[in-house]
Amino acid sequence: MLIETGHFALVLALALSLFQAMVPLAGALRNDERVMATAAPTALSVFALITLSFGVLLAAYYRSDFSVVNVFENSHSQQPALYRITGTWGNHEGSMLLWVFILALFTALVAAFGRSLPLRLKTLVLAVQGWVGSAFLLFILLTSNPFARLSPAPMEGRDLNPILQDVGLAIHPPLLYLGYVGFSVAFSFAIAALIDGRMEAAWARWVRPWTLLAWTFLTAGIAMGSYWAYYELGWGGWWFWDPVENASFMPWLSGTALLHSAIVMEKRDALKIWTLLLAIITFSLSLLGTFLVRSGILTSVHSFASDPTRGLVILAILVFFIGGALLLFALRASSLKTGGLFAPISREGALVLNNLFLASATATVLVGTLYPLMVEAFSGEKISVGEPFFNLTFGPLMVPLLVAVPFGPLLSWKRGDLPAVAMRLVWAFGFSLLAVAVSLLFVDPTAVFAALGIGLAVWLFGGAVTDLAVKAGVGRTPLPVAMRRFVGLPRSMFGTALGHAGLGLTVLGIVAVSAFEQERIVAMKPGDSVDIAGYSITFDAIVPVRGPNFVADRAQFLIATAEGRALGTVSSSKRIYTARQMPTTEAGIRTFAFSQLYVSLGDLSEGGGAVVRIWHKPLITLIWLGTVLMMIGGFVSLSDRRLRVGAPRAPKSRLRQPQAEATG
Amino acid sequence: MRRPFALFVLIGGLFFGPPSAFAVQPDEVLDDPVLEERARDISAGLRCLVCQNQSIDDSDASIARDLRILVRERIESGETDEEVVDYIVSRYGQFVLLKPVFSPTTILLWSTPLLVLLGGGLYLFSRRQAHGNSAVETDGAASLTAEEEARLRKALANDPSDK
Repeated sequence: MLIETGHFALVLALALSLFQAMVPLAGALRNDERVMATAAPTALSVFALITLSFGVLLAAYYRSDFSVVNVFENSHSQQPALYRITGTWGNHEGSMLLWVFILALFTALVAAFGRSLPLRLKTLVLAVQGWVGSAFLLFILLTSNPFARLSPAPMEGRDLNPILQDVGLAIHPPLLYLGYVGFSVAFSFAIAALIDGRMEAAWARWVRPWTLLAWTFLTAGIAMGSYWAYYELGWGGWWFWDPVENASFMPWLSGTALLHSAIVMEKRDALKIWTLLLAIITFSLSLLGTFLVRSGILTSVHSFASDPTRGLVILAILVFFIGGALLLFALRASSLKTGGLFAPISREGALVLNNLFLASATATVLVGTLYPLMVEAFSGEKISVGEPFFNLTFGPLMVPLLVAVPFGPLLSWKRGDLPAVAMRLVWAFGFSLLAVAVSLLFVDPTAVFAALGIGLAVWLFGGAVTDLAVKAGVGRTPLPVAMRRFVGLPRSMFGTALGHAGLGLTVLGIVAVSAFEQERIVAMKPGDSVDIAGYSITFDAIVPVRGPNFVADRAQFLIATAEGRALGTVSSSKRIYTARQMPTTEAGIRTFAFSQLYVSLGDLSEGGGAVVRIWHKPLITLIWLGTVLMMIGGFVSLSDRRLRVGAPRAPKSRLRQPQAEATG
Repeated sequence: MRRPFALFVLIGGLFFGPPSAFAVQPDEVLDDPVLEERARDISAGLRCLVCQNQSIDDSDASIARDLRILVRERIESGETDEEVVDYIVSRYGQFVLLKPVFSPTTILLWSTPLLVLLGGGLYLFSRRQAHGNSAVETDGAASLTAEEEARLRKALANDPSDK
């Protein structure tokens, strides 16, 4: 009965979603305020119904209700409670329900906190959200019903895929979807502006925080997924340029571009049409990502054929929204006025440059991801596009962009003074040169590119510090005054600096681990030692372990310095999950400062020996710590009162802070 | 075989083959570290035929192991890197190359980054020319047209808080 309630709530949500998509739109077109006013309550009701539906599925998973096919196929009564809950979205049907749940959440947020929005704009935004919601609810109900029943109910489930039985599943998909789906708000604002034929001041003020919020979540989601893959898959890689990773990376790249162009639009009323197009592209790429992953077309043409309905329905949704949006853009964009002139050397110019490179990078990843499909479709030839291609094309696009980053925030609007900015960056440049020299002299004299990469990372970090120092007036005013000004800087300035500094840390981690990683592959017996990067690792013993739903062989290793001082232990296991009889490898990771020792257990041999793969990964944690800094930057920027989501219009008497032209 | 993208996909339910062992085994490693280094570099660019987007260096599939051993045999017999790769391509086709060769088929793929970058740059440049030099030489209000002045006044009146 409860299950049917969840199913029914979903059907009802679809009906109301269709109402939300059509009726308020008709009201907006006829300028009937009473009809337009139905949009917000409808959106809130849809959210309530989908919440109920999602809650029912969660409960079914938590209680191991195997009369539900979806629960039976993806859960097991002996799983720990956390995995019985997170298993809800560890499968196709459940993850689509999570998708619409988050969409409804964002829609409800716009409905609830959009009081200061012009009614017409708000109505149109909610209507477009209603279109997206209706399409996906229809998709779920027609092809992916999570509430289908099974009779008689089996006694035991088939278990969640063991690789997903990890705390990562609790965090990664919800964050990723908050990012993906969060961009729908910017998309809906763009479509609303196109329908309306104008972009009011409220438009930019609203789109920017929503974009920033979605971007922050997507950053977190991708970083979390990367770290999860790193520790869970047991072979030490953290990014594979895999199509499914690219699917999440493309909206991030274009979302980053959108974030920056929205600044220009908000502050200078320029780049309006481009910002609007980017908002459409970013959410289109989110939809494309959903399609690529959900349809299975990328991973195997076979699985696409095995359930063609799903793939075709998502493809239809994709074509409808992307095609429709771009058509609308082509028809209406010219009616929007552009403004805000600026010289090439200016803050605006720097942000345009940022957008140019990010757009090229997005296009590169997009074409690289889809190209094998295209070639196969048109000529039947099979080719592969993998990591070496992306390293060779994406990498060079990033270098000039990263070099330019510290200049951007220091240039003034309209017309900047490049030599003056360069003078201010002289300290950052000095530290960067010093880092290159240190790397060449003390780490590896032959690794020239790595040294330059480290220099680039320090340059980014130093640029971010310089940005704040210059804006606080360090060096030009007495220190106490500068300190006071520093504390009083707008939050969005700290956001920018944190974001750029985080980027520097991430680059440093990537360069260090790519260039200086060490690896040993050895067959070891208890008592054997291996030396790596100044550590000595001794194979202690293998002990059998029993978990709630798996059995494991756990190998323990002793870590010591090369001189023999003990530093602790690390253990790596091979698990067999009993329900599926599926083996997994649990890597052993020990962090020393920012570097990690990574131990992965391979095949066991007779007599208690094993094949062991050991890596030393210098500074690898900086890759993710950098993204944490970016996220903090995002939230700090969001807390800026001018940008606070749903903040009421600022009072007219508000004091203007010095140099208030912050950059987010 | 293990699949790195699994975590991203598996939110949606791909099936996993059972992971058995991991990639390069100690018995495959060549004694000469220089040759081994070359073998690893070559392996990283060759696709495991039965895996998704995984190099033979990363894959634990048995065919990947066979290919790794084959690569090492060819290297030990004195072939250059290109000869080894050409031999593997002649047996398995272009599909094995994770970095596709530059050919009429892949010309669009390889030129995308440059096309978009140059195309975008040219567009920006041409628009700047079309705007006339006023955009470049603008220095405040002097170059605003009457219409722009009106819009500016309107914008300021509408939106005093937005700096």
